[in-house]
Amino acid sequence: MAESEMPPQPQGANDSSALKPQRLKITRFSDDADKKMLSKRLKDVEICVPIVYGTIAFWLGRKATETQSHKWTVYVRGATNEDLGGVIKRVVFQLHPSFNNPVRVVESPPFELSECGWGEFEIAISLFFHNDVCEKQLDLYHHLKLYSEDDSGPQSTKKPVVKETYNEIVFPDPFEDFYARVQKHPAVIAPRLPVASNVPSEDLNEKKGDTKDHPMSQWFINFSEADELLKLAAARQQIL
Amino acid sequence: MDAKDILGIPKNGLHSGLPIQEKKSKPPKESQRKPDGISREVYALTGGLAPLMPAVDVNQLKRKAKSDNEKITWQWLPFTNSARKDNLQLYHWVRVVNGIPPTGDYSFAKFNKSVDVIKYTDEEYEKYLTDPAWTKEETDQLFDLCERFDLRFIVIADRFPSEKTVEELKDRYYSVSRAIVIARAPSPGDVSGHPLVKEPYNVSQEIERKRALNLLLSHSKHQERRDVEVLAQAKRITEARKTIKASQESKLPVISDIGQLGADRITADAVGPSTNSQFPSSTVTNPASETASVMASLRMMRVYLRTYALEQMVQAASSSAGLRTIKRVEQTLQDLGVNLKPKVPTKAVCAEHLELRKEILTLLNLQKQLQYKEAEGSSHRDGSYTETPGTPPKQSQRAADLDRTFTPDSLSIGVEKFGKREQKRKGPGRSSDAPSSPAQSKRPRKFKSSD
Repeated sequence: MAESEMPPQPQGANDSSALKPQRLKITRFSDDADKKMLSKRLKDVEICVPIVYGTIAFWLGRKATETQSHKWTVYVRGATNEDLGGVIKRVVFQLHPSFNNPVRVVESPPFELSECGWGEFEIAISLFFHNDVCEKQLDLYHHLKLYSEDDSGPQSTKKPVVKETYNEIVFPDPFEDFYARVQKHPAVIAPRLPVASNVPSEDLNEKKGDTKDHPMSQWFINFSEADELLKLAAARQQIL
Repeated sequence: MDAKDILGIPKNGLHSGLPIQEKKSKPPKESQRKPDGISREVYALTGGLAPLMPAVDVNQLKRKAKSDNEKITWQWLPFTNSARKDNLQLYHWVRVVNGIPPTGDYSFAKFNKSVDVIKYTDEEYEKYLTDPAWTKEETDQLFDLCERFDLRFIVIADRFPSEKTVEELKDRYYSVSRAIVIARAPSPGDVSGHPLVKEPYNVSQEIERKRALNLLLSHSKHQERRDVEVLAQAKRITEARKTIKASQESKLPVISDIGQLGADRITADAVGPSTNSQFPSSTVTNPASETASVMASLRMMRVYLRTYALEQMVQAASSSAGLRTIKRVEQTLQDLGVNLKPKVPTKAVCAEHLELRKEILTLLNLQKQLQYKEAEGSSHRDGSYTETPGTPPKQSQRAADLDRTFTPDSLSIGVEKFGKREQKRKGPGRSSDAPSSPAQSKRPRKFKSSD
C-alpha cells in the first residue's frame, strides 16, 4: 500500500522539530519506566495494522429454540487474513451479562469466539498487545447483528448475517524492537527504514494463526481501499 | 463540634421549631449571620440579610436617635433657588426643628451644573484652530450650541445646521478646547494633567465602538446562541491545548491519559502532515501549531485507531465552522455519495476524506461570503448569484444572513486560502483538468466573481 513506500522523514518534519526536545525526554522517561527491557522509540514512524472485526451469525432454522435461535462468531482478523498473533497477545470479548462468564479471554490467534443466542447486543472487544508493542490496551465496540436489515426474504440457514468493520491500529513512534520484528510481517504496514537492526525478523512460516483457510472465510468481506479512493477522488473532482 | 462551636454561638434553641422568634430576641450583631437549619428565603423574611447598599444615611439615623426632645413641625414656606436667574418665588414644605426654619440654599440647587465652554478669540482661531473641514462660522456655532446645551451632543447634532455626525462635532469641540488649553498654558508640562490633554477624544475608536455596540444590540437570539457555542468551543480547545502543553512539560507518567483527554477535545492530525507530499493544499488549511499539538496528543496515546485520528482531524478542520455549516458539509458529502465515515479507513482514504471535507468547507464559506457581499452591495441584484449549484437558493440566502457577523478576519483567511489553492491547482493541473467536466470549468469562474 501507498503508505508503506513513503519515506518516514517528511512526516510533519516542520512540526516535529519544535517538539523534539520534549519528546526526547518523554521517550527516555518511559524507557526508564519500562526498565531496560525495551529499546528506543523510532520517531516519526508509524506502524499500522489493518484489522477487520465483526460477527457472522447463522440462523439455526429448525433447530432454533426460543433462547438459542442463532449461532454466531465474533472475531478480530487481519484485513488480509494474516496472522495477528505477532502484534496482539490477547483479546477479551465482553458479552452481554446474561451469558455465562460474560468476559471471555482468547489468548492466541485466531481471535474469535462462538456462541449461541437470540438477541443482539454490543460486544466490547479489548485488544492487548505484546510487551514490546504497546503497554496500553485498545477497545473496540461491535454491535452483534443476527437479523439482516435489508430483509431480502426470510431468514436462511445457508446465508449468514455478516457485519464487519475495517479499521487500522496505529502505533505511533514504535519501539525499535517491535519495528524490527514485524517489519516484514504481512499483517503489518511498516515503512521501510534504513535502520540496521540486529533483531531477526520473525519467522513467518512458524505460526499458523492466520485466517486464510478459515472455514467461514467465504463470508469475509473484502475491504477495498481502491474503491474507496476512487469514490473520494470522484467526489473531489466535483467539488473543485 | 460544628461551626457554631468554633464561632462560640450557643447551640440551644436554634434547631428548635421556632427559629424566627429565636432570632428576633438576639442582638442585631448576631442576626448578621445566618444560622444553619434555616433556609435563606425564610431568613430573609426576618430582615436578617443586610442590604447591599445602605438605603439610609447612617448619620441621619444617629441624629434622629438623640433628637427625642426636639419639636418637629412642617411648614409651607417660600424659598429661592440659586440655580435660577429669574428670582422666581416658589413654596414648599419645610421640616422645622424647634421653630427654627433651615437656612442655606435650596438643596437641589447644587445639581445645576454647567460646563465652562472655552472661549477663543479670533486671533487664537487663526493661529491654532483652522481646520479644512470646518469654517470659523461652523466652529462658532458649535461652541454656541455647546454652551447652550451643556455639551449634550445629541441635542447639538440635532440643532446643528450643516450635516455633521455626533462624532465629528465632539471631535471638533474637544480638539479645539485641547488646542486652546495647550496654547494658553505657559509650558506644556503645566497642562499635561488636564483631562482634555491627558485623554484626547479618539474619533475612530468612538465610531468603531458605536458600530460594534450597534452590531451587538441588533444580534438575534439565534446569533447569540451561535456565538456562545463558538466561544465555548474555543475555550475547550484552548483548555485542551493547555493540558497537552502541561503534560508535555511535566512529563508525568499519566501523559497518555491526558493526551487522550486532550485529543478527545481537540483535533487530531496524524494523516494530514504525512500526506503533504501527496496533497500540498493540506498545509494551507492546516495551521502548523494545531497540527503539532494534535500529533503530539496522538503520539502520546501510543496506540489508536485510524478512525479515531480521522474524527479528531475532521473536528480540527471544522473547528472554525458553526454547527450549521458542519451539517451542510455532511449533507454535501451525502449528496456526493460519500460515506460520512469511510468504510475502508486506510491512511490514504482518511487523508482524501479529510481533504474533501476541507474543500467542501472552503466552498461553502466562499458561497456564504459571496452571498454576504452580494446582499451587502445591492439588494436588487440578488437572485442571480444565489443560484449556486447543489444548494437551494433559499437555504444559502439564509445562511448568508446568519453569518452576517462573520468576522472580517476569518473571511480574509478564507479568501487567502482559496487564492493559494487556486494558484497551486492551476499550475500544472490546468491543461488536464479543464476539459474533464463542465462543473469544473463553471466553479472557478464563480469564485472569481466573489473577489
